[in-house]
Amino acid sequence: MLDDFILRAALAGLGVAIAAAPLGCFIVWRRMAFFGDATAHAAILGVALSLTFYIPIFVGVLVVSLLMGITVATMSERGYAMDTLLGVLSHSSLAFGLVAVSFLSGVRIDLMAYLFGDILAVGKMDLGVIWGGAALVLMLIGWRWSALLMSTVNAELACASGISPKREKIILTLSLAIVVAVAIKVVGVLLIAAMLIIPAAAARPFSRTPEIMAIIAAIIGCGGSLAGLKVSFVMDTPTGPTIVCIVALLFGISAFVQYIFRSKPVNI
Amino acid sequence: MRVLTTNNLGVSFGGNTVLKDINIHIDKGEILSIVGPNGSGKSTLLRTLIGAVVPTLGSVKIASKQIIGYVPQRLNIDETMPMTVHRFLSLPKRQKQQDIDAALQHAGLSDLGRQQLSTLSGGQFQRVLLARALIEKPDLLLLDEATQGLDHSGSADFYRQIERVRQELNCAIMLISHELHTVMRTSDRVICLNRSICCEGAPDIVSVAPEYRLLFGLDDDQMFANYSHHDPATSQQESFV
Repeated sequence: MLDDFILRAALAGLGVAIAAAPLGCFIVWRRMAFFGDATAHAAILGVALSLTFYIPIFVGVLVVSLLMGITVATMSERGYAMDTLLGVLSHSSLAFGLVAVSFLSGVRIDLMAYLFGDILAVGKMDLGVIWGGAALVLMLIGWRWSALLMSTVNAELACASGISPKREKIILTLSLAIVVAVAIKVVGVLLIAAMLIIPAAAARPFSRTPEIMAIIAAIIGCGGSLAGLKVSFVMDTPTGPTIVCIVALLFGISAFVQYIFRSKPVNI
Repeated sequence: MRVLTTNNLGVSFGGNTVLKDINIHIDKGEILSIVGPNGSGKSTLLRTLIGAVVPTLGSVKIASKQIIGYVPQRLNIDETMPMTVHRFLSLPKRQKQQDIDAALQHAGLSDLGRQQLSTLSGGQFQRVLLARALIEKPDLLLLDEATQGLDHSGSADFYRQIERVRQELNCAIMLISHELHTVMRTSDRVICLNRSICCEGAPDIVSVAPEYRLLFGLDDDQMFANYSHHDPATSQQESFV
């Protein structure tokens, strides 16, 4: 049944969209969009290292993304301005990654596949990794949901309730690294942040509670993935970017509907 | 029963001492107020007690299995997060529907349950924060200028509610306030803080203590006028003026 490459691609897209939705909501609520970007950009360095040392791409990307997340978190506590820090780390890790990949003369690698994803080339193994990673992220976030929400609303209220905001931040960093590692095959490092943020942002106007926002974001992400796959098949366009385009259009529609029906805008 | 004790508590941020030699304690059923000028470390003290600030020196001991209710001075709910009043009261522990309804009614917010937090007025929001702190029936309630943004009658209502809460839950209540007269009327004990404890005791003792009167410049205008900061950073600024 999984022999059809379109079916595998669709399942891969759905897996990433479902895992990215609740995590993306937290990234939007905590204003961490650039943090997501930086973690994703670091992934290309992970790809280069994996190919150099013959370890699975998933593992290499996971480790480097995680290191990036921890570095950003530690340095921001030392008093660096967050946006400057992310600007430095995000783009320099991308640059170092690209340079490192160029050293790999022995292997012929398709850089484009890692930058923009290659969802149509998803194999059965990849599918296992994507769904395994997605399930892990959903379990992590589901398990910590209340504590994550509380520390996102206010760190001090969380402390008073016996929740450690630092520990919850580590859970989010770990989830982000896993999502980046599984999504690299689907949308590539440059567009992962889009799959995290855009569905969540598009879901905001229609949500009354955090839970509803996460569910609507998942629906938008899944719809966008399937529609993007179909459009790219019909119009022969690159699949990863097409998926992001569709999700972006859904965001546009959401913003328009919001503008028509509500007087007070929500600052996303 | 003793709910909380601190032992020579000290906090400094980057070499700057904010709190020093703080030894306080509070018992069940007691209302303890902390007064002090701006920058005297009142909020830092409360944040240290709940564990949001790690003390540089000393320790905070809280009796085991005590539920802490905390009402912060300010709380900004990011507008990107949808959150109804109802959902907020169930954070982090899910509460029973009837408890939530009762809490809302108690706070005079019965018809606001489905409203988004971001649409509430300052006074309504403050009452929601208190309702949330009370819903778990705390053993220790910490209030950081909880009447900020309330008008005179709102503030009076608030203190009446605190008094009722003390009677119903028999909890220990520690509050920070700028309203000296109200504080002196409602508290069992007052601590006057200016980085370290200046004086403490029953309200009628503290209100005549020279340290307290000096700190707030209560005795005459002369004393108020003579009080000046000898802070190199600010005096340098002044020399430019």
